[in-house]
Amino acid sequence: MENKCKNSTKFTLKRDFEAAQEGKNTVNNGKNPNRVEKIGKVAKNILTIAVSLTVGAINGLFGGGGGMLVIPVMTLLLGLEEKKAHSSAILTILPLSLVSSLIYVIRGDFVLKSGGFVTAGVILGGILGTFVMKKLSNNVLSIVFYAIMIFAGISMLVNRI
Amino acid sequence: MIFWYIIAGICGGIIGGMGMGGGTLLIPILTLFLDIEQRQAQAINLVAFIPMAVVVSIINAKQKNLDYKSILKVVLPALPASILTSFAAGKIHSSVLSVIFAVFITCLGVVMFVVTLYKCTIAYMRKCKEEYTLND
Repeated sequence: MENKCKNSTKFTLKRDFEAAQEGKNTVNNGKNPNRVEKIGKVAKNILTIAVSLTVGAINGLFGGGGGMLVIPVMTLLLGLEEKKAHSSAILTILPLSLVSSLIYVIRGDFVLKSGGFVTAGVILGGILGTFVMKKLSNNVLSIVFYAIMIFAGISMLVNRI
Repeated sequence: MIFWYIIAGICGGIIGGMGMGGGTLLIPILTLFLDIEQRQAQAINLVAFIPMAVVVSIINAKQKNLDYKSILKVVLPALPASILTSFAAGKIHSSVLSVIFAVFITCLGVVMFVVTLYKCTIAYMRKCKEEYTLND
């Protein structure tokens, strides 16, 4: 309800602005800003679909990692604020992981002996993580986390060679 | 061994709970330290994510922190792609899969590292500017 109201006021404001611009521009250079905006919108939609396809492909192939890629889609392409983008990203990945995990489990990749305990640990850690999140500075933590990620990737590569 | 499985899960879960993509760290922990095959690690990560995501999403829904329209916009194209690649993952040998995964997280790590550093610098500069104008 609240959202709808906001959108409608935004929309009317935008339309007024466009109308004013249109009058100006037809005199100045004959370009129609409505058309420019439309092209921008189409480009944004195409980009959203393309990145979403990539997110899905990566999440299926690697069994994870999609969530990190969804956040920039939500903030940059769909215009959500950071906090809403984070929580929406989790719900976006949920159906993808649900379907993918079904395919993995039916194929026999999920070994209950190891997987069961790890899953229990993840649930425990997840609860801990939500509490920790409120206490620590986010940016410093992120930089440390990405450094560990780079290190993990390189050690996996070295392990193979 | 059971102890280490649980510890690995807790490590991945903490990072996941903080909303930073626990999977990208849980999978290397499982393959590097616990000698689990890449594809099995991926299966564990997928399954382990589900209960946490359900609980977190219920909380987020109650706090009205979700934008369902945006979620649908991403899920609809992503779902068929993920189904396809989930089947494809079964055809690729675990050792090959782990190399592709390693390249992926290294690249993603570098990009995100630079982006976060950039964000920090911008925030810091803004803060300095504010202090400067306040002192003025």
